[in-house]
Amino acid sequence: MQTTINHHWQRFTLKQKLARYSVYLVLVVALVQSMQTVEVIPEFFFDAPEQMADMFGRMWPMEWSYYPLSVHDAIVETLNIATIGTLLTLIIAIPLALMNASNITHSAWGHWIARFFLVSSRSVNSLVWALLFVSIFGPGVIAGVLAIAFRSVGFVGKLLAEALEEVDMGAVEAIRATGASPTSILIKGYWPQVLPAFFSIILFRWDINVRESAVLGLVGAGGIGVVLNDSMNLFQWQRVSVALLAIFVVVILAEILVVNIRKKLI
Amino acid sequence: MARINSQGNHENPFKGNNLVRLGWFLIAAYLVYSFNAMGLEWTRIVEGLGHANALLDRMFPPNFSRWELLLSGLAESLEIAIIASITGIILSLFFGLFSARNLMPNWISIPMRGLIALCRTFHPVIIAILFVKSVGFGALAGILTLVVASIGFIAKLFAEAIEEISLKQVEAVRATGAGFASVILFAVMPQVFARFIGFATYQLDSNLRNSTMVGIVGAGGLGGTLFSAFQRFDYDFVSAILITIIAIIMIGEFLSNIVRRIFS
Repeated sequence: MQTTINHHWQRFTLKQKLARYSVYLVLVVALVQSMQTVEVIPEFFFDAPEQMADMFGRMWPMEWSYYPLSVHDAIVETLNIATIGTLLTLIIAIPLALMNASNITHSAWGHWIARFFLVSSRSVNSLVWALLFVSIFGPGVIAGVLAIAFRSVGFVGKLLAEALEEVDMGAVEAIRATGASPTSILIKGYWPQVLPAFFSIILFRWDINVRESAVLGLVGAGGIGVVLNDSMNLFQWQRVSVALLAIFVVVILAEILVVNIRKKLI
Repeated sequence: MARINSQGNHENPFKGNNLVRLGWFLIAAYLVYSFNAMGLEWTRIVEGLGHANALLDRMFPPNFSRWELLLSGLAESLEIAIIASITGIILSLFFGLFSARNLMPNWISIPMRGLIALCRTFHPVIIAILFVKSVGFGALAGILTLVVASIGFIAKLFAEAIEEISLKQVEAVRATGAGFASVILFAVMPQVFARFIGFATYQLDSNLRNSTMVGIVGAGGLGGTLFSAFQRFDYDFVSAILITIIAIIMIGEFLSNIVRRIFS
């Protein structure tokens, strides 16, 4: 005797399917709507390859003599902005992370205040932070450092709070049972457990900050961006290419450094 | 009588560590060096704090009276983000596939990986400047910039996700005599699709953020409005724009959480 299986197997339920297809539908509608309303001149789009070729043509040959003249100092300044900015971030981000971690701060108000600061810090782009600080402190390095620091607070604070929440509470309770003060609990209970995460978060953010500090100069906040902006405004494309190459090399070196240190740490 | 020996383990648990001390010393030395090298001065910082007070005074209350300008900038930012995200996500689907080392021969995957790394190295603002110079001011430069940024991010992560898949299923599907496209569709994609959606929603978020920023260098969107408000010292309008940006990004995060839940 033969039994037939008349059961049609499906991977998703009807509800899941509907939800998925409605996401697709919304995306398509949004895309069509945007394509129709956005102001794009098609001629410019088709002309783009030619214009790009022209621009890169003007960048060649590079003006190497410009590097020792001003690119080198600017690159060092960029690295300093990224590093000091990252250090400054820690001073603000660590208290906020402690306030945001639900196993350390138990008050709902604390969470909301911390989350508000962390989200605002992340939502405002570093260039916008730089604009704000340039209008406060005037053009220069200070604006760059503060922009980097304020932009990084959201990132470092959020990830650090998540690392703190994953801590094994057994060790913390044991230390609390000895009658240790809150500071000692933090230093001996939480800190050793979040140490690897802490360093990997900072290194990761430093790497991002090197990239970001390279462009802050476009709004006047110091670093290689100032050199880039000046040469571009003067149409000195052969200098622009030197600055771009310098940024490229520094970013790659920073990434290699970070990857190697992280491999040793973890 | 057994007695706990309290004489033995008497080491101070809070004893200082020379390595840590060296670390602190290095940080202090670095700070002194860099403050000197960059000419940071305390007086300037203190002076700036006074300006900060004045600036905050002028920023509040936010001025929404020019809401039409705000809305048109916002609409353009959203359009840039949507077009760039969808184009970028679809392109990086292919870029990611072609740069996965376990599916593709070296002569395809190595150049692809190089291209993706190139997309990722430069900050979106620098790419935006180059595009503004080559395709002119406006939304097109912004779209192209964010497409490049999306490829740099998603294609890399997607390729890494594909490299971690189990090849057993690939072999099983291939054993049925399936062609290359079927292997990709039925053996590879089901294993990585959820993660791909995760990357894609994250990128949608970050494109939304960046689309409000590329306008600063002339690539369209709310950033242009923000920059001109800054240059005209309309700080109350600036704060209105900033509040709008923060709100729209929070809504974006909320929506992408929903999408992630649907596809997980």
